[in-house]
Order: sequence, then C-alpha cells, then structure tokens
Amino acid sequence: MFKGDFIQNLPKIYGTYTGGFIVFIILMALAEQAGVSAKNIGVMFVAFTVLIYALIGYLSRTIQVDAYYVAGRQVPTVFNGMATAADWMSGASFVALAGGVYFGGYTYMAFLVGWTGGYVLVATLMAPYLRKFGCYTVPDFIGTRYGGNLVRACAVFVLFIASFTYVTAQINATGTIASRALGIPFEAGVWVGLISILICSMLGGMRAVTWTQVAQYIVLIIAYLIPVFWISSNVGGGIFPHLMLGDEVARLGELEQQFGLVKNSAADMKAAGVPGGLKYISGSHSGVPEGGMAVWKYLSLAICMMVGTASLPHILMRYFTTPTVRAARKSVAWSLFFIFLLYSSAPMLATLSKLALMDPNLPTGIIGKSISEVQSIEWVQRWSEVKQVFIADFNGDGILQLNEWFMRGDVVVLATPEVAGLPFVISGLVFAGGMAAAMSTADGLVLAISNALSHDIYYKIINPKAETSKRLLVARVLLVIIGAAGAYIASFRLTSILGSVAWAFDFAMSGLFFPLVLGVWWKRATREGAIAGIIAGIVSGTLYLTWVFPKFSVPMWGGVNTPFLGIDHLRFGLIGAPICLVVMVVVSLMTKEPSPATQKLVDDTRIPTGKAILGKQH
Amino acid sequence: MSNKDAYWNKTKNHMIVTLVLWAFFSLVIFMFGSELNTMSFLGYPLAYYMTAQGSLLAFVIILFWTANKQEKIDEEHGFSEREDD
Repeated sequence: MFKGDFIQNLPKIYGTYTGGFIVFIILMALAEQAGVSAKNIGVMFVAFTVLIYALIGYLSRTIQVDAYYVAGRQVPTVFNGMATAADWMSGASFVALAGGVYFGGYTYMAFLVGWTGGYVLVATLMAPYLRKFGCYTVPDFIGTRYGGNLVRACAVFVLFIASFTYVTAQINATGTIASRALGIPFEAGVWVGLISILICSMLGGMRAVTWTQVAQYIVLIIAYLIPVFWISSNVGGGIFPHLMLGDEVARLGELEQQFGLVKNSAADMKAAGVPGGLKYISGSHSGVPEGGMAVWKYLSLAICMMVGTASLPHILMRYFTTPTVRAARKSVAWSLFFIFLLYSSAPMLATLSKLALMDPNLPTGIIGKSISEVQSIEWVQRWSEVKQVFIADFNGDGILQLNEWFMRGDVVVLATPEVAGLPFVISGLVFAGGMAAAMSTADGLVLAISNALSHDIYYKIINPKAETSKRLLVARVLLVIIGAAGAYIASFRLTSILGSVAWAFDFAMSGLFFPLVLGVWWKRATREGAIAGIIAGIVSGTLYLTWVFPKFSVPMWGGVNTPFLGIDHLRFGLIGAPICLVVMVVVSLMTKEPSPATQKLVDDTRIPTGKAILGKQH
Repeated sequence: MSNKDAYWNKTKNHMIVTLVLWAFFSLVIFMFGSELNTMSFLGYPLAYYMTAQGSLLAFVIILFWTANKQEKIDEEHGFSEREDD
C-alpha cells in the first residue's frame, strides 16, 4: 500500500488514521441513533482507541539502543511537535484546565501563560544544544558536561522526584477515566490504565512512545475541539468562539455584578457538607484583581511554570529525537503551535459553560432559579449522585445563588456537552480524548524515569560493560517497576496528599534549570559548582515546601506559617532556583576552571554542525 | 575574532532579543493588567484577551521567527546543517 520507508510515509499513515478515527466517530453516532446505550458507546470509544495505541506500540518494538532511547533520531519536525504536545498535555490539562479557568477566571489563567511561555526558554536556552550534544537522557548531558558519577546521580535524583510527583497524578487520571468509561471500580481502572501505558512503551521505548503519542494527539485534539465549536454554535456564541465571544465575556461581567461574587466561609461549607474537591465561582472571569500583591501572585506563578517547563526532563528528551539541531528548534515551535490549539480553547469552553449555567435568559441557566426546580434537572441529578455537583442553600431562600452551586472542575469538560444538548457520542469522544491525554503524558514520564535509571545509573555507573541486550532488558524491567509503583500509589488516591502537579515544575526548576542553562552558556561552570547547586536548590526548595504547606508544616514545624512574600506551595521553585544559581556560581568561581577538554566540549555544543559530543550509540 | 566567536556572539544577542520579547509578553504586560483591561480587542478586555489567547499566540510566532532567524545566522557563518543530515 505504501512505497518507500516508514518515515517518508508518515503523513499518509497518520492521514489514513485520522480519517479512520472520524469514520469511527460517525459509526458511533449511527450506533447511538440505532439505540446502542450510552455506556456501551463509552466503552467502545476507549477500547478501540487504546487497542490502536497498543498495536502501534507493538509494531514499533526494537532491539536497538538508539531506537529505544531516542527513537533513532529520525522523528520529523512536525510529528515531533505533535508527540511533544501529547506528552505535555496531561489528563489534568484535558479535563481540568477549562475547570480551572471556570472557577479561577483571570487569576488562574497565569497557568495558561506559564505553561506556554516556557517553550520560548526551551527553544532558546536548551533544546538545540542538548540535541547537538547527542545525549540519551537529561542526566546524560549533566554527567558528561560536568564529568563524574556524583553529578550524574544528583541529576537523576532531581529527575526522579519531579517526574514521579507528576506520574502518580497521571496514572490516577487514567484510572479515573477508565473507571468511568468502562464502568469498573477506580482501583481496577488504575491497573487497566497502567497495562495500556506499558503496552505502548515497553517493547519500543522512545520509538513506540513517539508514534503512539502522535496518534494520541490526533484523538485528543479532535475530542477537545469538536465539542467547543459545537457548544459555541448551540448556545449562540458563534461558530468560531476564539474570535467571537467578546459579548459573552462582557455578559459574564454583568452577571457577576448581578449575582455578586460572595466568598463562603470554611465553617459554612463544612456545616453544609460540601464534598471535598468541589468548588464554586469566587473570582471574576475577566476582571483583573486590584493591588500589587495580586500582580505579584500572577507573575510569580507564571515564572515558576515557565522555568519549570524548561527543566522538565520528559519534555526536553523529546527534542533528542529530531534528525538535526535545526529540526529541534523548529520542532519546539510546532510543539507550541499544537499546544496552543487546545490551550486557547480552554478559556472559551469555560466561558461558554459558565454562561450556559449563569445566564437566566438561556434555557440551560440554573443560577437564580428555585433550588427544587434545579434539582429535578436530569444531568444535575446524575452528577449529584456521584458527588460531582452539590447544592447548599446557605441563606435558606430556596433560590440557587452563585456561591451555593458547587462543582468539580472536571465536570466543565465532561458534562458541558450534555448540558448544551449535544448527543452522547460527543461525551464518548471526550472520554477517549481524556484517556489519550493522560496515557501519553504518563508514557513519557515513566519512560523518562526508567531511562535515567537504566542508562545513567545502571549502565554509566554500575555496569559500564553491560551488553545491549542486557541494557534494554534492565530498561524494560525498570519501566514495569516504575509504572507499577506509580499505579500502586495512585490506587490509594494519595494524590491529595502528594499535592499538586505544579510541584513537579517547582522541583525541576529548583534542581535542574540552572545546571542545564549554565552548562551550555557559561564555560566557567564547574563540576563542584553543579553538584553544590543541585543539592542546595533541591534541598532548600523542598524544605521551604514543608515549611509553607499546611499538611507538612504542622507535624514538621509545629504550626501553619505565612508564605514569605506570597511564595506559597505552588511557587516554592522561586526559593530553590535562585539558591541553586547563587551556590552554583559562587562554588564554580571558588574551584578550578574546567579543563581545556571540557571547554572544547562546550564550544562544540554551541555550533550546530560537526559530530555530536556523544556517539550515535553510547 | 574567530568565526566561531563571531557566530556565538550573534547567537547570544539573538537569544537576548528573543528573551526580551518573551518577557514582554509573559511578564511586562501583566504588570499593567488593570490598565490594559480598560482597553478592548475583538470585543474582549485586553488583559483578559492576552492571558487567554494573545500572549500564547505571541509565543508561537516568536518561536517560528526565532528559529528562522537562527538558521540565517547559521548560514552566514557556515554552520548550516546539510538537508540530508
């Protein structure tokens, strides 16, 4: 059917795949018309897409080291962009981002700027140079540039903390979606999710993950955009919401004035029995909060997310797979373009969803209506049963006020299609998209951790004489162990204790950002400086986190502490990273300048042409 | 000054220009959020538009621009990679 090799045929292969997926959606729509139950459609969507990913994973199996670690360095620019976008956009981005904007409004949108702006740092400071270096993993760069096992081990340690914080949340998300779509208990869903993740990555390593991530991106972007455009035209927002929701945003401002943005006291919420994790709208959608502190809170969150993005190993390693340095640079631009398609749609979805519920002139509006009337609406009943929405009549007037309506963030993405009167086939599609988003990120993270352990710890430090077959065996065993450990922790639902996904960014920025940047941009940076910087950064950041986060500070420090300069637990990288920088610079200047060989190595890293620092297979 | 040093100087300056643009769209404009919100673009309050869409789009454009510009610098100094590399 296809002439030429696999890489040349990529556009055709993925074009056919996309066409096939659209045909599948149409078939499911017909099945719904023919009376197939909503539950079965959900099952078919998830099962069909996961089987395709597993097939791609199997077809991409390999016994080559460079194929396993860096996909043979032959992933074309645009496809690497799609794979990175899937790697980047987690289950949380897919199901929770719009919810975050829904509840937090302008203030929350610092995350949108932070999670996209970081790519400018990736492209200018990191990606092309790491690609030229020719490393297999991020610690591989640090270990070779600074020289020595200790600095390599320090980098692996930071990578492990940052990525593992992230991966349990992802496996948790896979489990949640699998359990809802397949109608199985959450604990079983977690293990189903894990098996799907491992099938995609175990046989082919980075090569398999790359080609499944491209397939997953296509599913997730279709699943996100179709509902947004459809809902928009259904609720009268216009066919192209991104450019046409100005009036709707203004209307939300009026409605906020009319209903009033009231803050509930914790005691009231507890007395009313609001289930944990449910939120209500308390911040303005488009209004900017007044005061210098509000500005600082916005900027500091954006800075942490941007610098963290540029330090996350599972993202940086995607740029090791391009054929050239030039392709690595362009690939960063394509990655952000594909991410932009989803991220710029999330606020639009939040706007539409908010308006559908808040505007009393719309048939879907519920705020301002009588509570008994709202409680008789079918979707409200269904989501109340599973404790995803909740009503508390604080003032006892029998009318639903804005601050009396509670909802879980995920509901914005998962239920809005239903609220706006879209057929169930769309909800099934959204399940498949959420599954794709969670799986692709979990894949990338599990692989980043197990590759660092197998390449940097096992091969480079423990057993440098290991043969290829043994290295790949160790890599695969570690992959299963890391995945199982993540799933085991996720099955206890400890994520509320493990904290936020944002922590992964703060950990990575505390320990890795400056050692990576200075490794390329400052020849004078020494091994001792890097070791001291990594340790000082990660230790000070972690200590600050335990000091500022109430769940840790009470047992460890004997009380709740007020954040220093507004730097709370989401922003602790702002403590770790500057300390890492200062310590690294001071110690570097105090120790002997790096050897001429190391300086030459940095010089070679800086120019795109010539041989890579590390061999093709190393 | 050797060709390599000249190349690296240009690359460094280009990096600084890119980061200034980045800082403008990610940080500077949000220092003036309340002021910007009194203006409007496409019917949206301006600061809201920038955080929801505008800055994101600016980053995409900056990235394509910066990659193309850097390729030109590569070519000028003979460090351009072959197509079939």
